[in-house]
Amino acid sequence: MPISILMPALSPTMTEGNLAKWHKKEGDTINSGDVLAEIETDKATMEVEAVDEGVLGKIVVKEGAEGVPVNAVIGLILADGEDAASLKDAAAAPAAVPSEAPAPASAVPTVPTIPAAPRSAAPAADPDYTGATVTMTLREALRDAIAEEMRADPRVFLMGEEVAQYQGAYKVSQGLLEEFGEKRIIDTPITEHGFTGLGVGAAMAGLRPIIEFMTFNFAMQAMDQLINSAAKTHYMSGGQMSTPIVFRGANGAASRVAAQHSQDFASWFASVPGLKVVAPYSGADAKGLLKSAIRDPNPIIFLENELLYGRSFEIPQDPDFTVPIGRARIARPGNDVTICAYSMMVGHALDAAETLAAEGIDAEVIDLRTLRPLDTETIVTSVKKTNRLVSVEEGWPYAGIGAELAAQMMEQAFDWLDAPVKRVCAVDVPMPYAANLEELALPKPADVVAAAKSVLYRN
Amino acid sequence: MASGRDTTVKGLQAKLGNLAESEYFTPPATKPAGPENDAEYAVKGLDSLADPAFHNAPLDITDWPHDRLRGFLHRMLTIRAVEERLGELVESGDVVCPVHLAIGQEAIPVAVSHHLTPADRVFGAHRSHGHYLALGGDIYQLFAEVLGRADGCSRGMGGSMHLFAPEVGFMGSVPIVAATVPVAVGAALAAKMDKGDAVAVSYFGDGAAEEGVVHESLNLASQMNLPVLFVCENNLYASHMDISQRQPSDSTARFAQANGIPHAVIDGNDVAGTARVAGEMITAARNGGGPSYLEAVTYRWRGHVGPDENTDVGIRRSTAEIAAWKRRDPVARLVAAMTSRGDMSGNEPGAMADAIRDHVDDCAARALEAPYPENSALMDLVYAGSPTPASGGR
Ligand SMILES: Cc1ncc(C[n+]2csc(CCOP(=O)(O)OP(=O)(O)O)c2C)c(N)n1
Ligand SMILES: [Mg+2]
Repeated sequence: MPISILMPALSPTMTEGNLAKWHKKEGDTINSGDVLAEIETDKATMEVEAVDEGVLGKIVVKEGAEGVPVNAVIGLILADGEDAASLKDAAAAPAAVPSEAPAPASAVPTVPTIPAAPRSAAPAADPDYTGATVTMTLREALRDAIAEEMRADPRVFLMGEEVAQYQGAYKVSQGLLEEFGEKRIIDTPITEHGFTGLGVGAAMAGLRPIIEFMTFNFAMQAMDQLINSAAKTHYMSGGQMSTPIVFRGANGAASRVAAQHSQDFASWFASVPGLKVVAPYSGADAKGLLKSAIRDPNPIIFLENELLYGRSFEIPQDPDFTVPIGRARIARPGNDVTICAYSMMVGHALDAAETLAAEGIDAEVIDLRTLRPLDTETIVTSVKKTNRLVSVEEGWPYAGIGAELAAQMMEQAFDWLDAPVKRVCAVDVPMPYAANLEELALPKPADVVAAAKSVLYRN
Repeated sequence: MASGRDTTVKGLQAKLGNLAESEYFTPPATKPAGPENDAEYAVKGLDSLADPAFHNAPLDITDWPHDRLRGFLHRMLTIRAVEERLGELVESGDVVCPVHLAIGQEAIPVAVSHHLTPADRVFGAHRSHGHYLALGGDIYQLFAEVLGRADGCSRGMGGSMHLFAPEVGFMGSVPIVAATVPVAVGAALAAKMDKGDAVAVSYFGDGAAEEGVVHESLNLASQMNLPVLFVCENNLYASHMDISQRQPSDSTARFAQANGIPHAVIDGNDVAGTARVAGEMITAARNGGGPSYLEAVTYRWRGHVGPDENTDVGIRRSTAEIAAWKRRDPVARLVAAMTSRGDMSGNEPGAMADAIRDHVDDCAARALEAPYPENSALMDLVYAGSPTPASGGR
């Protein structure tokens, strides 16, 4: 079987690029390390080096081709003893199946701090939806996303504590038992470790489970299955097995439930290669991202927020509407300072931006939406414009999302920063119960305002 | 199985007297014969214990002296009055956190705590006001805690779902279901290493029994022969789901059986009967007899969380079911037995309840006026021993 040369990615968020030039022609002998081709995006150009030896059997994507998706087969190398006839089978083989040869070593960023990029390219862009919308709560939008995907794909089912009869602890699965029946809307006993593993097994065996955690606090019981089974199976099976599964539920601080029931686990999950982590703020994003998550071939951690369930948003009604995983959204354009946030904290960032505007500061608010893979491209572009970054999260500061953003900016935008990146986080304590202390423990819009001013050296 | 211990049903009978003949042991399930229903595979169920039409007669208090029973009644009425008041505070908006009430379940912790001292180590879960109060936990401090005040039993840091009162042996309750079960086994290990006669008690629900860690804990306790009493308060529901929707049998004692742990399935609304069996089990633990498992069948009158009755949920929870279970009221059945034996005159129980309510109201009123923790308390308690190291951010 000839070896495929794949379109490499220059960055974790790159989805496609142009094939600028071939340095070899068909029939040339290839030695490991030879420069095969040049690829480019609007930001950078890179040489593709050979990993394998042999003869360049076929150029699949011609010089000058534009919009070549990452991981597409661009050429085929014949190994010793293979002849041109084997090229026919190879050409017929599906392009870019994950078990094929890796992209040439130098083409994949190997700097250890750059997170592994999912191999399947995200859809090109936000569809910039212009169709019909309906005002509904985020809770209902999530329910509709599940229902639409369940109608479209019989492999999709929902399982968790109280999802069927009781219609969900937060009533997200309202009406689903009625429409889809007990076979696809499944109540479980109080066994998080068990039903998480069950979901993973069902996914490995071809189904598309959606697992609801009443809240993500109870995902802690299931951590082993989430990390060791769900996240790692594709990799450790050499790409032979996959775990297309969505784990969803309320995450983050809830009101007056104290230490064991009030925390943001985003950075825990975001640190795990193999997981994709999504944390939407708006109802449209919640719907569109959940639909993408259900269709995705990977395990997805889908973080909702209890305090957002009841908020109303304009929700797209087209069942084809989705939001790509891995793309941030500019929630408010601005020029003076970039504020990155996710989930509930986007609301705080927008509130802060209003306050700042009244004082003549024009903040750009980025709703990260996906925490892994992180859309560093959007953030870096913004920081190159504003030269300042404030990160807002409900999680603890230590090794948090803000810590990651700060590190990424050091690596990718250092020369453009006019001030150190500033983090706004929960205070570094378990959530206290007393109302006054709880209030002190959580980030508030005023903290965001203060942080933005501090990176602007204003007070 | 731990060596030298007879944990067969026979051995258990020897240890606990002839209870097996009494109502406290469930008869074997009588499922029809069939390949999958061989006696060998049949699991025991609760039978009449799960049916409120039964077990609602006045209690058998034959061997119990008057003052003991008065003590039981006082504690049960205290728990009920405190929880009713907490429910009112939720309704009035003074308390805005989840409050899980155990009204209707008061007999179990009162019966178990009767045999405990502050040297014992007791653990609860989300529905633990009664566990705390039955041990003698301070009423004012409980109100202060649920109101998030500095005087609370957890200094206002925990709330209703994180109660601690080590001074009475209450080592903690937390809302992550089943989380304290292995912790209680660890406290039993410490007790055994200390060579004293302290025991550990682990209260958990029928829902908690579904968590894997409970099974690991049972195995550990059995294998290490640790002085721990597992008390499964089986109220037939976990949140809004009936036990029949969650388990193949409505009795959880089969898990003890599987781990070679002596067990009894009893009417948890019979304070005298529960105290008798719990006493045997705790005595066995103190004397090196290892773990026991007490499945006490009961029912909560209020919903899963908050003061309302939750009649709209579950496959059988209804106004009628709640009314039927109220006839198995642990308080009324004790009062009936005591008045018929002449332990109390007709209006004495009412007067006792009134006095308790006055005291409870007073505690609640004081707690409502109590100060919140100092803001400086926010960072103080993260680590033991030294001030919290700052880790940046904000
Ligand atoms: C690990 C975990 N899963 C789920 C929950 C949500 N939850 C809180 S209480 C409860 C039901 C527990 O039922 P049971 O153990 O029977 O106790 P009961 O409420 O009947 O006293 C559930 C599922 C939780 N707190 N922790
Ligand atoms: Mg229960």
